[in-house]
Amino acid sequence: MSQRQVLQVFESYQKSRTQFVQTVAELATRPQNIETLQNAGVMSLLRPLLLDVVPTIQQTAALALGRLANYNDDLAEAIVKGDILPQLVYSLAEQNRFYKKAAAFVLRAVARHSPELAQAVVDCGALEALVISLEEFDPGVKEAASWALGYIARHNGELSQAVVDAGAVPLLVLCIQEPEIALKRIAASALSDIAKHSPELAQTVVDTGAIAHLAQMILNPDAKLKRQVFSALSQISKHSVDLAELVVEAEIFPAVLACLRDPDEYVRKNVTTLMREIAKHTPELSQMIVNSGGVAAVIDYLGDCKGAMRLPGIMMLGYVAAHAENLAMAVILSKGVPQLAICLSEESEDHVRAATAWSLGQIGRHTPEHARAVAGVNVLPKLLVLYMDMESSEDLQVKAKKALKSILQKCTHLPALEPLLYDAPSNILKHVVCQFSKVLPHDSKARRLFVTSGGLKKVQEIKADPGSPLQEYINSINNCYPEEIVRYYSPGYSETLLERVEKYQPA
Amino acid sequence: MARLVKLQSQIQQVRVEFFTRQRIAEENRKRENAAAVKIQSWVRGCRVRAYVRYLSKHAVIVQRTWRGFSARALFRHMQEVAYLAMRMKFYNQMAVRIQRRWRGYYVRRNVHNYYERKKYLEALSKKNEEIRRELEEFGQYQQKERHWVAVEREEKKKYQQAQRQHFLLSTIQCPGVYNSPFRGAPSEMEERMRRVTPVLAQSAARQARSKHRQQRMAQEQQNASFLPPINAKKPQGPFRAAEEVWRQRQRPLEPSLRVATSITALEEAREQLRSQELSGRLIDHPFWPFASAHKSRKYQPLIHTRSAFQPLPYGTKHFREDTKHTLQDKEAFKTVFTTCHVFDKYGRLYSNAGNMV
Repeated sequence: MSQRQVLQVFESYQKSRTQFVQTVAELATRPQNIETLQNAGVMSLLRPLLLDVVPTIQQTAALALGRLANYNDDLAEAIVKGDILPQLVYSLAEQNRFYKKAAAFVLRAVARHSPELAQAVVDCGALEALVISLEEFDPGVKEAASWALGYIARHNGELSQAVVDAGAVPLLVLCIQEPEIALKRIAASALSDIAKHSPELAQTVVDTGAIAHLAQMILNPDAKLKRQVFSALSQISKHSVDLAELVVEAEIFPAVLACLRDPDEYVRKNVTTLMREIAKHTPELSQMIVNSGGVAAVIDYLGDCKGAMRLPGIMMLGYVAAHAENLAMAVILSKGVPQLAICLSEESEDHVRAATAWSLGQIGRHTPEHARAVAGVNVLPKLLVLYMDMESSEDLQVKAKKALKSILQKCTHLPALEPLLYDAPSNILKHVVCQFSKVLPHDSKARRLFVTSGGLKKVQEIKADPGSPLQEYINSINNCYPEEIVRYYSPGYSETLLERVEKYQPA
Repeated sequence: MARLVKLQSQIQQVRVEFFTRQRIAEENRKRENAAAVKIQSWVRGCRVRAYVRYLSKHAVIVQRTWRGFSARALFRHMQEVAYLAMRMKFYNQMAVRIQRRWRGYYVRRNVHNYYERKKYLEALSKKNEEIRRELEEFGQYQQKERHWVAVEREEKKKYQQAQRQHFLLSTIQCPGVYNSPFRGAPSEMEERMRRVTPVLAQSAARQARSKHRQQRMAQEQQNASFLPPINAKKPQGPFRAAEEVWRQRQRPLEPSLRVATSITALEEAREQLRSQELSGRLIDHPFWPFASAHKSRKYQPLIHTRSAFQPLPYGTKHFREDTKHTLQDKEAFKTVFTTCHVFDKYGRLYSNAGNMV
């Protein structure tokens, strides 16, 4: 047998291995094949191929594994249990850049499913290897590594802390400054995932000077990058006043508002979230946003979008209005109340409606002027309907009730209150009647109008326990009118009249 | 004796009288006793009443004086209290008047200044309008830009298609597919095809050749260490040897230093350095000291100086170093020197042999 024939055996073996791995990797891209592959025992076959002598086969095997792990957490767990991760981590430090990319992909695919799996990835020492490959020259490797780090940090504070302890943050900040858009995007997302858990982690991110670099990219034309940048900034600023002030000091403010007109809806949503996270801390920060015209921009934004996209905008208006009376006035002046009323009627999801109700309550609770502005757009009956509706969630009912109560306690605009007399339950009616009893003694026109519109009649029909506050309010309303008027409007008056007619004996 | 007899005769009479008188006395005695008691009681009563009257008169005097005194004191006290209360009320009223003015002024000026608030809200609504307008403009501008990009892309695509389908252009003899004779005017594609310059068709063989040449060039550039041609026969004619020609061909470009260096090399290098510095920089301010510890650092004197250059207490005046003990062995610094007699000892200072005299 000649040497050539001997070599041919090896060659064909290598060829078929290559073909096998490539086919498996190809098949793993389709979700419908995964189960078949799993049943055929693909894991145990791929594992030795990770240690193959040919680098191409190694890479492709890693790629196939990554695709399988990406599919569901069972397969990811199978990878963890099959002790594949230590091999990958070991070779992450050794091999060429293609292999590094594939290995980081596998780690990412495993870590994304659950905190336990991510912990398993951390336990096998992947963080150090990933951090080292963040220093790689190739942007693709850096991208894959930062992606994996972001997925690990995403789950909880401890994992995030582990990523920080491995020293990833300064390198991620360096990655943000690279020219490649994809790398910037993923590094920003990883920073966002790290910063979102606790003030300390956010402070760590801030300490490496990330805010300045993130703020520079606000006007980048790439929409996906902007999404991540705004998400990172909002995750940083959500924790404390100091962090929010640091974000504001990066002079993001008028520039951010331009992104509210971005074609990408997630960019708009993240910008609004950022503004909400900043506004919620102090009246001063809210005032700053109001003065830069942010409230008007957000109100316009609420008009442009639908559904859950509206939520941060609605909450931002609520937070701004909650801080102070003049801020609430600013929201009213920027035509925020009609927009919120539209949101309340258009939206069908309970949590959005609950947020809208809360925001309206925050706007209307300051002074009679505010309450009048809120009552003027006819939201009180809507809030009442939401409160009475059996289908509304508990949270929505509570929020609607609180909003109604806080608005009613300030409202002196009687025409808006009158409809509530007819269909409110007694715990709301109490506040409505209380407002009438406060206003009527001092306003003769309103007294007259109250009689002609039938309000007095309705008040006489209310059944209140003697001695209850409601009864006291009714009494004080009755005291504003002559006795015969009150008697005339009390129920059963016609019967008493008829009785008197019957008893009357003509002389 | 007569007298005695007389007396004795009278004894009987005296005895009777004695008894009579005794009886009368006895009879009267009760009455008299009662009268005496009456008189005594009256007298004693008078005395006691007089005494009591006397006492009460004085008691009234004492009480009157005391009560007057204490009532006056109480009255004075009450008056003072009332006066104080009146004054306090007055002061309070005045204070309220002042506070009312001041608080009203202060609140109107600083806390709830109606005009300020009005101005602020007006300015705010103006600002809102401005922001809305600007955002609207910006949105429209962006939309326009996106529209133009899309139009351009579309145009380019159509242009390429027209280039590719240029052969479908109608000729004088035969109308093309885009120029239907049944329509009034040729279609838009036809117009476009008339305008574009077609891609020059290359024959397949020529294409392949040029491709091959490109590949070879690329390969040559990639691995410059080419192996020499194997059958290096010297070609017929006045040609150099194949080996020599080959070496000449493989000789790398050796530009002179002036040619090899770019004119802007310095600027480029500077730019590169700067960009490296910028991209490698993590924090703009590398390190700020934490506290003002560096400000209150104590002066540490040098080892070799004799005086401590520390702030001296006011009033101390030093012209000389004050650590005398270090100077004990030294001679005082001389400002005047004795002249060196050079010429009068000329030739006498040293012996001929060079020894001192």
